[in-house]
Amino acid sequence: MMITLYFPTVDMTSVAATETGLRKQLSYGRIGGFSYEDPFLKGAGKPKTVVLSQDPKTGQPIETVEAYVYEAGIPFPSGINHPRTLGPGVKELSEGKGQIGQADHSQGAVFVVARDSDSVYVENATATRGWQPAEVLTTGGDANTHYVGSGKIMFVREGCWWCHTLLPEETQDWQYFGVPPRLGDYNGESPTAFGSDRKAPDLLHVGARNSSKEWMMMHFFNPRLVQPHSIMPRYDYLWGEKDGNGNAIDFAAWRQAYTDYREGKTVYPPEVPSMASQSEIRYLVDFVLSLK
Amino acid sequence: MLKYLFAKNEDIAPGTAAVFFGFSSIIWFVIGTGLGSFNAAKLAFPDFVTGSYLFSFGHMRQVHVLAVIFGWISMAFAMAMMYITPALGNTRLWSEKLGVWNCFLWNVGLSLGLTLLWTGMSSGREYSDMPWFIDLYIAAFIALPMAINVWMTIIKRRTQGIYTTNWFFGAGVFMVTIVFIVGNSPEWFNLTGLSEAYLTWWFAHNVLGLWITPIAAAIAYYTVPKVTGNPLYSHRIGHLHFWSVVVFYSTPAAHHLMSAPLPEWLKSFASVEGVLILVPAIAFVSNLLLTMQGKWHMFVENVEIKYTITGVLLAVPLNMQGGFQQTRAINWYVHGTGWIVAHAHLALLGFSTFLEGAAVYYGLQTILRRKLYSLALANFHFWFLLIGFAIYWISMTIAGLIQGAGKIYEVPYIDVVIAEHPYMIARWVGGTMVFTGNLVWLYNMWMTARAGAVIPEGRLPHELAYER
Repeated sequence: MMITLYFPTVDMTSVAATETGLRKQLSYGRIGGFSYEDPFLKGAGKPKTVVLSQDPKTGQPIETVEAYVYEAGIPFPSGINHPRTLGPGVKELSEGKGQIGQADHSQGAVFVVARDSDSVYVENATATRGWQPAEVLTTGGDANTHYVGSGKIMFVREGCWWCHTLLPEETQDWQYFGVPPRLGDYNGESPTAFGSDRKAPDLLHVGARNSSKEWMMMHFFNPRLVQPHSIMPRYDYLWGEKDGNGNAIDFAAWRQAYTDYREGKTVYPPEVPSMASQSEIRYLVDFVLSLK
Repeated sequence: MLKYLFAKNEDIAPGTAAVFFGFSSIIWFVIGTGLGSFNAAKLAFPDFVTGSYLFSFGHMRQVHVLAVIFGWISMAFAMAMMYITPALGNTRLWSEKLGVWNCFLWNVGLSLGLTLLWTGMSSGREYSDMPWFIDLYIAAFIALPMAINVWMTIIKRRTQGIYTTNWFFGAGVFMVTIVFIVGNSPEWFNLTGLSEAYLTWWFAHNVLGLWITPIAAAIAYYTVPKVTGNPLYSHRIGHLHFWSVVVFYSTPAAHHLMSAPLPEWLKSFASVEGVLILVPAIAFVSNLLLTMQGKWHMFVENVEIKYTITGVLLAVPLNMQGGFQQTRAINWYVHGTGWIVAHAHLALLGFSTFLEGAAVYYGLQTILRRKLYSLALANFHFWFLLIGFAIYWISMTIAGLIQGAGKIYEVPYIDVVIAEHPYMIARWVGGTMVFTGNLVWLYNMWMTARAGAVIPEGRLPHELAYER
């Protein structure tokens, strides 16, 4: 027991986080299972990922950057709270140039992944560039805001990983489902949700294969709308009570219309209701599309 | 049960805790396999029951797994420990009252934990899904009281040596406590990333290797000599089994993460140790089968031996597969496919369930001093369990090979799903047969307690199986 417990753990702490690893932990936030701020895994207490193409402070256009917005009170990810998690090199840069030590979760902070020659590190943009969480959210707008952290929670709670792995196998998979992960890709991520039994395709790079939000919506509402032979369950209950326009969703009527379509009484299947901005399905779709 | 919780220890009849554990385990088995059958139906027919998160596959899958592991298997183990440990030490259970409390708190905690999981409160780590406070509860009120009771009974024994079964029991309760606490430590000590993934699988593998396999084997070491009347073939081989389990079974966890970017040396180490699992396996099977010498007719005639020896024989394919599929070459082909699901069910529903079934059948009859209510129903249970399991195992093995081929030859995934569909239906049929058999078992054991013929003092239940 001692051999296998002790050795790999020592090894892991000397691993430097990769860029993928930093992006993952900043967009997922603190642990992704049960936590005080979100006991029933509703997606609360998680950061938002905002794609910015203009500086929220000055309004000047900048090169597109992903900003990870932690509003006041939202717990910081593992690497900010425990910088050792970031690994050697990344830790020193993040603390020195990135000034992550100055971030205070009760005030909120905005982080970005920055690059210094050939090293990556976490930059506390609130300290270095003066970006405030509220400003970043306003500048980005709803269309550029992604609920990736909350979506990871949905992925865990709904058990997507009982069937979809997040780890391409060491086979020809690496051509079919995408490049294998590297050692530092998981620093600070919890749970890793690799999955073990693959009843469905691997999802580690699904956002690169299929980036259509509409396809995802149809797929989650009723997988058999886009893939007649799919054995995936329906996740229509993630839509909640109301659609994106604030109207109540009539699931019974939808199902009746769908049955009519299946029986050939109508030519087209019924339209899938749009997603409300703060709905669980929006979280999940944002997470799945972030897997690139 | 409630009246015993506050009774004086001396006023509680010996075996009371074992009886409560026995019936609890059967009830959890019915619940666990019922959920399994329901889940299997959803994989074969995805629109079976929909519209609510409560009936979603993702919410129910881990409830099935943990109900079976913590409810059926572990409670049947607890039942076996509560009557076999004292019997082998020629003494009473150290504290019958602690045993009853243990059983009560176990049922309460497990019901609570599974309900929370069902509603979505999860730690998100496979096989250690329970949130951390439930983990603490399990360690403090389930594992520890059981360990204390078993150890104290062994310490207070009135025999000189310690029989093989008690070696396994004493070590098993110790190892499962350590494995459980260490395996769940990521939640308490901010372990993340690959360290967490490794510990998750270290737990998942070792709960099989250091709890389920050795304790199930320990039951066979008791029931076969007890019922046949033959002495154990070799205590020396028993000790080889014991120590090789401790050394080899505790190390191969990394074979679950062969394609993760873990150190290569660790994965190779895990593969080699995995193949060495054949050492305890061969020791166990040969020892038990040689103990049967001259008594093979009992394999047909006697219910307990029928269950035990079926379990022992299923350990042959189980461990052959186990060693074989964690080599890199085979793992490459079958990892993450239905083959592994079949293997896991061979371990839990095949090998260990049959051994525990024997322990529960034998223990309830012995403690209640009642003859089995119906031998026909017991045989019905046996055959439904065996045939249902066989259908499940064969169909999932074939499905796994199809999936493996699909993985290697880059077949579009949906074609694999279509090819697997008949096997998914077969899986559901097999699972439902197991569930039906268990319902019959529950009825049979309930009626045994209620209306079974009384066994006279000095006789053993298997001696009068055919007496009317």
